Amino acid sequence: MNSAAFVVIAIFTLAAALAAATLRKLMHAALSFAVAFVGLASFFFLLGAEFVGLALVFIYIGAVAVLIVFTILLTRRDVGKDRGFNWSGIVIALAMFGALTWSILKTQSLAIVAPHIRALTVKQIGAALMTTYVWPLQCVGLLLTAALIGALVLVMEEKR
Amino acid sequence: MTAFLDQIFVRGKQTLLAPMAHAPGWLVQIVSSLINIFALLAVFLTLFALISVLERKILARMQNRYGPNRVGPFGLFQPIADGIKMLIKEDIVPARADKLVHFLAPVLIAAVAILTLGVIPYGRNMTPFAIDGGILFFFAVGSATELAVFMAGWGSNNKFSMLGAMRAIAQMFSYELPLIIAVLPVVMVVGSLMPDRIVAAQAQYTFGLVPRWFVFTPWGAAAFILFFVSGLVESNRTPFDVPEGESEIVAGHMTEYSGFKYATFFMAEYLGMFAISGLGVTLFLGGWHAPAGALEFLPSYVWFFAKLSALLFVYIWVRGTLPRTRIDQIMNLAWKFMLPMAFACVIAAAVWHYAGRGLRGWLWSLVVIAIVYTLLSILLDTRRKFAPRVYRFAE
Repeated sequence: MNSAAFVVIAIFTLAAALAAATLRKLMHAALSFAVAFVGLASFFFLLGAEFVGLALVFIYIGAVAVLIVFTILLTRRDVGKDRGFNWSGIVIALAMFGALTWSILKTQSLAIVAPHIRALTVKQIGAALMTTYVWPLQCVGLLLTAALIGALVLVMEEKR
Repeated sequence: MTAFLDQIFVRGKQTLLAPMAHAPGWLVQIVSSLINIFALLAVFLTLFALISVLERKILARMQNRYGPNRVGPFGLFQPIADGIKMLIKEDIVPARADKLVHFLAPVLIAAVAILTLGVIPYGRNMTPFAIDGGILFFFAVGSATELAVFMAGWGSNNKFSMLGAMRAIAQMFSYELPLIIAVLPVVMVVGSLMPDRIVAAQAQYTFGLVPRWFVFTPWGAAAFILFFVSGLVESNRTPFDVPEGESEIVAGHMTEYSGFKYATFFMAEYLGMFAISGLGVTLFLGGWHAPAGALEFLPSYVWFFAKLSALLFVYIWVRGTLPRTRIDQIMNLAWKFMLPMAFACVIAAAVWHYAGRGLRGWLWSLVVIAIVYTLLSILLDTRRKFAPRVYRFAE
């Protein structure tokens, strides 16, 4: 059951990612990018990491995809036109792929056999965030607040 | 007898699944999910048909007219006539539209609305999909609505559609924040994101008479009002329906839709309204619990749908009463009042918890809410100085 689901989700995700990379219209590519994230989130559900999957859907589909779509809409005049081919994209993609493969091969955590991993509940994640990782959490919160205020300052009307 | 009536649907499902006792586990799971989905769709599409005619009837009553009264007794068959009309209407797709995106937008928006309905507990043992992070699921999946609205607006290739989509996304994004932060105090107090546990936490009665719903605590009442107003915005209902303001931008992101696709948008809007009201009932109004211990002989789902109907009636009532607000008023309300107030609810809930969850906590959290509310009112009031209004008359 799980391996069948894995194959289906993998094909779905790869197809969406490929569409995002190759579709002629930029807006279609952005929307397939969101679909690819649905596939990624389903992987997390399949692994029992419910919280991570939901957070992925929440952030990447609810916020990042809309942000990308709006960025395309507001910065380009030729939204509907075909996009050109960009060689630098291939270089970056290959570099990223190489770095990820290298780090996956180097990591130790893959040595754990699957049944030994217990499914994390939202409660455990919350407890860890509020005890062990409370300082990093606060720092990230501060950084995001600064970014929010910065964005507000940027768009504020200048008083004359 | 009471217990039997209460569990009649659960037993019905078990009877349906009984012949499959020897089938492999995954098959049973799939069939069980399909039964849940079928029941969910049957109930809520019927409710949609009912509420569409009831809304017109109630609005008509408020505006001193008759409303639909031609089809069937009291016009009750109106939704059937409407459905047939929508089905046989021509489906027009603009020549310059992005065909695929234009087609997928209503599909996505309806799918999202139905998915969010799946995590709400409708009665004892009657949660279609009981998942650990149910509340998170609701908001995570619900946030895809914005993408669907954008797809509708952009795919139509029409300036009214695009403007409508922009307005809709702007207000939905702004109100998602107070909406989620208003939910936080409940999650904090219960200590779980699971809707069933939140309902279970509101099960007791004080002196066997007053239910311990969260809406009866000061922080809960304030958070419920914030939640309800944000819910109005999220479902694009009347005081906040600028995205589809008929007098300005035709029908917003739905301008270029006709026939059954338009009906799908309409349906998704109502299903979204049911979902957000259902979540409100679950979080603040005690879910499927009866309002008094003595009234528990009625089945749990009856109480859930009674509360849901009451909330839906308020939605319609508000629509019949209030005029449309401007977009800048909507934004001001969200960022200057609702958001600080929602944070105040979180603090008040913490005060309530640490002051012992009793009468003392009740009073202290009331003090917190009252102070923040008064300060915000004073602060926002001094900023808005109106010039004395000058009236001109024809002479």
